[in-house]
Amino acid sequence: MFRRDWLIALAFLAPALILLFGFTHYPAIQTVIDSFWSTARGRRPAVFVGWDNYARMVQDEIFRRAMINNAIYAAITIPASVALALAMALFVQSRILGRGFLRLAYFTPTVLPLIAVANIWLFFYLPGFGLFEQLRGWAGLSPRNWIGSPDTALYAVTAVTVWAQAGFFMIFYLAALQTIPPSLREAAAIEGCSPLTFFRRVTWPLIMPTTLFISVNATINAFRTVDHIFVMTQGGPNNASMLLLYYIYEQGFRFWDTAYASALTVVMVVLLALVGIGQFFWLDRKVHYR
Amino acid sequence: MRPPRTPDRILFVAGAWALALIWLLPLAYAVWTAFHPAEFETRFALFAPLTLENFVRAWNAAPFARYFVNTIVLVTMVLAAQLILCSLAAFAFARFEFPGKNLLFALVLVQLMVMPDILLVRNYATMGSLGLIDSILAIGLPYFASGFAIFLLRQTFKTVPRELDDAARVEGCSWLGLLWRVYVPLAKPTMLAFGLVSVSHHWNNFLWPLIITSSVETRPLTVGLSIFATTDSGTEWSIITAATLITSAPLLIGFLLFQRQFVQSFMRAGIK
Repeated sequence: MFRRDWLIALAFLAPALILLFGFTHYPAIQTVIDSFWSTARGRRPAVFVGWDNYARMVQDEIFRRAMINNAIYAAITIPASVALALAMALFVQSRILGRGFLRLAYFTPTVLPLIAVANIWLFFYLPGFGLFEQLRGWAGLSPRNWIGSPDTALYAVTAVTVWAQAGFFMIFYLAALQTIPPSLREAAAIEGCSPLTFFRRVTWPLIMPTTLFISVNATINAFRTVDHIFVMTQGGPNNASMLLLYYIYEQGFRFWDTAYASALTVVMVVLLALVGIGQFFWLDRKVHYR
Repeated sequence: MRPPRTPDRILFVAGAWALALIWLLPLAYAVWTAFHPAEFETRFALFAPLTLENFVRAWNAAPFARYFVNTIVLVTMVLAAQLILCSLAAFAFARFEFPGKNLLFALVLVQLMVMPDILLVRNYATMGSLGLIDSILAIGLPYFASGFAIFLLRQTFKTVPRELDDAARVEGCSWLGLLWRVYVPLAKPTMLAFGLVSVSHHWNNFLWPLIITSSVETRPLTVGLSIFATTDSGTEWSIITAATLITSAPLLIGFLLFQRQFVQSFMRAGIK
């Protein structure tokens, strides 16, 4: 009796699990193994090289640059997206002039492909031509090559990421804000509590799980979204906007050094796993599980 | 009750509008350049002549029709496979007891963090050994079993009262029939929300399709657009923005028409 149930369950699960193992678990494990072997080239097969790929990573300045850039990129995009998403949600949650329009404006970038977004912003950033340049021109400032100069390239792509994802996170805040009972607000109003105090003492603690959920997503995105790099900077100039995933792509599919790319992927998976474990222990289980 | 017009209220509204205008500016700028002749790219004259020329030239400069077909085939295939495979799996997790259930479910959740997007090298090798490189199937296959979909549907299925399926079972309904007649209809809102997320994700996905495709017959819109915008450096900007809008148009128009439902189903998906 019980065993028949097990078999039925297995039949239901099998197709999804086979694909899940085939394209997530197996490649993850195989990537770890690959990272200890050299890249096969021509008639020379791959050989076991132990920690060589990782040793190379330690010496690799571009890798170090990519890690630092990714840290900066994450350090800006995560808080900026969360703060803007919250501001947007508070704006459109209240009774405000043109609420529908505001919602639309905030959310629209989310619908666009990041590769298309990058094209649009590229146009903005173009030296002597784009909109920022025109503004600078009117203000009497000298022209500036935003994505062509190592000082600003990383920040230019960072701004695009924030613009593209803040509206998406707004939705989660909006959902969370709507679960706050209106009676709390009324009670607070009767007590003569200022909106700011109400936000700090009631709203903010109540939406904390959402904030954590969004932060985790923003962290994953900080490692995973590199589409705009392809159009805007290709990691340049001089690796100023090189991010980890873009570097993996470059090593694996432009230089075809798949062994080194595997080792880099392992670093990436470890980073994401840390985020995952952190979320599991840190986050209110209600967000994750119900 | 209307909120009073105090200075901080005015500041609040002004802030909301300023942010909205900044957020719309890039898109508005793109629309402006796409609908005007090239010489108005940076010159804003209120009565500049409108034109569709840029769209016509962009459309003719690259096989966008083919890219559209590819993308539509891709998102349809991915969504159909996800809904079928993940409903089956979610049903098993929600309604059956079997050894190793929690472990298997934990392995499903692993995919929320480690997505196929980053396991590029190895998945490319797998596609190579399956002989699928440069096919639309290869773009979609790694995403068919979505951990997110299984998780979401399991949550929804768990809310279905047991009495319903006991009743159906007594009536002689098979497990598959039960899933199809009772669970799937009740999970429609969740499926709609997931469908929107999935379609917009795969319509916009870029890196994996870029790697796995190499010909016009398989390339989706995003990859087609990136090639169009980078290789033809001689192309005018107004044409590139027109191509950019062509690529984003279906989702953008769909979103403008169904804005309310779109945002609401995203919200519902967000709560779960």
